[in-house]
Amino acid sequence: MLHTGLTDIELINKILQGNQALFAQLVERYQSYVFTLVLRFTDSREDAEEISQDIFVKTYRSLADFRGESKFSTWLYTIVRTSCITFLRKKKLDITSIDNERTYLQLENQESGFKADTVEQKSRHTMVSQAIRLLSPDDAQLITLFYKGEQSLEEIGRVMRLEPNTVKVKLHRARHRLKEKMEKYFSHEVREIQGN
Amino acid sequence: MDTHIQMEERLWDYIDGRGTPVERSSIETLLAENMEWQRKYKELLNIHQMMQEVELDAPSMRFSKNVMEEIARLQVAPATKTYINKNIIRGIGAFFLAMIGGFLLFCLGQFKWSGSGSGPSSTFLPRYDLDIDTKMKTFNWGRIFNSAYTSIFVLVLVILGLVMLDMYLGNRKKQTA
Repeated sequence: MLHTGLTDIELINKILQGNQALFAQLVERYQSYVFTLVLRFTDSREDAEEISQDIFVKTYRSLADFRGESKFSTWLYTIVRTSCITFLRKKKLDITSIDNERTYLQLENQESGFKADTVEQKSRHTMVSQAIRLLSPDDAQLITLFYKGEQSLEEIGRVMRLEPNTVKVKLHRARHRLKEKMEKYFSHEVREIQGN
Repeated sequence: MDTHIQMEERLWDYIDGRGTPVERSSIETLLAENMEWQRKYKELLNIHQMMQEVELDAPSMRFSKNVMEEIARLQVAPATKTYINKNIIRGIGAFFLAMIGGFLLFCLGQFKWSGSGSGPSSTFLPRYDLDIDTKMKTFNWGRIFNSAYTSIFVLVLVILGLVMLDMYLGNRKKQTA
């Protein structure tokens, strides 16, 4: 995910000194991370792209507020989370319920598609990605932060204002639900993988 | 069922590299001896590896350019701590404390501290007249709001407000200079 060269802190210091062009490096470094996290909140790639763009603009504007006490990705996630919640409030979607209408709708729409696919067409990555999308936004974000955002339980807890132990329990539950989704919708593939 | 969940939780901790050496060693023993634990471990490890392998979604090719075009006409805003003056925050705090203090003093002034109760405790404790509803209706508010004390209190608040406004404007002037 991270490019070589200047560290995040070095880049930020140079940007704050007036080198605006260097912000492009930060964008390139974190665009997929932000975009994936936003996609956990919305199914539309267009919306996700618009929100992600807005997040980077907000990040640039408030860059002087980054004090370097946490990782840049942790601080960036606070902006991602507030932006996504604002977006969902505008769209009046329920983000707390796990088995909400949106999830059911998603399942109904995707179930037939999953069954029509053959094992060869579907890579392990695609299967896990699709299973993650069937989770609630909170579960999906937690898994993405832990596995792809390289965030520790303590860092996630700081952003979500939760105790690390609570984050651990939530992560266990999220993984358990992911396993259930995979067994329910990709049972054939899961058996194949476990057979290997 | 609980044992099953506990088993999963312990195994996830083990896979994530958490837990004390004693706990890890006990799980290693279980994995070496128990077929059920071995099967579950393999299952969870598969999921763990798959999640690690999941690729992040990428936005469109133009994404970075779009962001840079958007920020080209913007500037980094000054850090919040540079324009939020602690004295202003303290001033606002003092203002509200003065308000609350004034209100409490007024309320305390409404109690009848000398009582004529018949019980033994009434000789030591003040008798509170708590028929607030009737009191509020019959109370002569005009007497309070026309009193010299209220005028002084309001005057102090106005001066405090003007001092705070002056400090705020002064700081803004310094920042823009």
